[in-house]
Amino acid sequence: MLVDGPLPVAGGTAERMLDVRALRKVYAGKDRRVEALRDLTFSVGRGELVCIVGPSGCGKTTLLRCLAGLLAPTSGDVRVEGRPVSGPPPGMAVVLQEYGRSLLPWMSVARNVELPLRHKRGIDRKRRAQLVAGSLDAVGLADVGNAYPWQLSGGMQQRVAIARALAYEPQLLLMDEPFAAVDAQTRADLEDLIRSIWHRTGVTVLFVTHDIDEAVYLGGRVIVLSSSPTVVQDDVVIDLPDERDQIETRSLGRFVELRRHIYAEIRAAKIGRRQGAGD
Amino acid sequence: MRTNLLLGTAGVLGTAAAFEVGPRVLPLPGGALPPLSEILSALGDEVRDGAFWQALLDTLQQWALGLVLAVVAGIVVGAVIGSVRWLRRLTASTIEFLRPIPSVALVPLAVLLFGTQLRSAVLLAFYAAFWQVLVQTVRGAADVDPVAEDTARCYGLGPLARARHVLWPTSLPYVVTGVRLAASVALILAVTAELVIGSPGLGREISAAQSGGATALAYGLILVTGLLGLLVNVGVRAVERRQLAWHVSVRGEVAA
Repeated sequence: MLVDGPLPVAGGTAERMLDVRALRKVYAGKDRRVEALRDLTFSVGRGELVCIVGPSGCGKTTLLRCLAGLLAPTSGDVRVEGRPVSGPPPGMAVVLQEYGRSLLPWMSVARNVELPLRHKRGIDRKRRAQLVAGSLDAVGLADVGNAYPWQLSGGMQQRVAIARALAYEPQLLLMDEPFAAVDAQTRADLEDLIRSIWHRTGVTVLFVTHDIDEAVYLGGRVIVLSSSPTVVQDDVVIDLPDERDQIETRSLGRFVELRRHIYAEIRAAKIGRRQGAGD
Repeated sequence: MRTNLLLGTAGVLGTAAAFEVGPRVLPLPGGALPPLSEILSALGDEVRDGAFWQALLDTLQQWALGLVLAVVAGIVVGAVIGSVRWLRRLTASTIEFLRPIPSVALVPLAVLLFGTQLRSAVLLAFYAAFWQVLVQTVRGAADVDPVAEDTARCYGLGPLARARHVLWPTSLPYVVTGVRLAASVALILAVTAELVIGSPGLGREISAAQSGGATALAYGLILVTGLLGLLVNVGVRAVERRQLAWHVSVRGEVAA
């Protein structure tokens, strides 16, 4: 397993976990068509941590919903471990931005974490209890299993959602702007939590965010999306040391360079589109 | 809490006193409203008679049958309609048309079908209660949070598991409200059917007492039906509080 960090998969050398080819999604409304995704092609190798970053309204959530099998693309192809996605693929876990709505308020924290396991094959009661306790412990919430989600702070609720994903022992973890609604300090803690989970389990992580800093800090690779209609603007390998530290890493010259590069890409994408529209 | 109880008791006693003193000071023509003490003593005599308990049992039976059938049918139909958007649109206007038809208007139908049997009252109670449950359940099922639903789908929960863990708990507060409304309405309709059609029960006893000139007894029986309504409401509310401890309307303030 790739526990020491991602291989550069831009060339496609590692075993592929996720393949996206010529993905296009058009929402057909009553009297207007919105082309949310125009043409997306990329792949993610097994054990990679890839961030997808793009300007707001560029269809990041649409992309994630297509990858999760919740939304059928207009054309193109999504494959997880080589199998085409037509519904939520097995072995996939998700963490969404709206933690308050994705956790069920009528179940205790432990029951929320346990629920997906009860419907996963081959896990007996004892193993379930182990997984629940282990994953709550891993996110630092070992003592709140009996509380209800609404009794916890936002950051803690998002930890519960992460614990739920962790307990599921996924092959692929999709995260849709998971930290957009928590405060800055909590956010830094959660970023480090994701890095450490990724190191320990070797799970493939696809992390969608609008925050360039976050993408560079977290990712082994950053895929930059253009503004809508969306294409892949750039695919940047983050060649920072594998051990990341909120203060040290963020003050590295290379971090600033990568950040500036991606920021310029996103701005260029916007300007390019505006000129294109003016023709 | 304590002041509430005190005030409530005072209110009940005050009303009772008014109904005791009022008819004595200003008697209605023909003794149309006897003082409370007379009503209670007439009722006391009646309670010692087996016929009263049979009538009470008949009313409860018709009420319960109509209500249970309505709750089951309302929940099943409501859950299906509520979770499918085009079905919701398809049925909305039909429901809005059928729902306001007063159940009492179905008396001729009930009499044609079942005569003065117990089933007539059950039919009317069912019709009235069904819509209450149906409309609330449809609303509840439509209220399912798409984020919660998507999350459950992503984690591989099938349609039945999602119905059990997401749809049902989301709808429950609505369903309980519907059942509470339905319970009261079903009781009203059961008694109405007994009064109008003459199916066995408290309503028929009231009508018999009134036409036999036993005015005090008629009022006594009316009091019993009121008490019944109160018990029904209190009972459903207790269940509500127990089942919905997690719900926003029930849970206390939380320091987040």
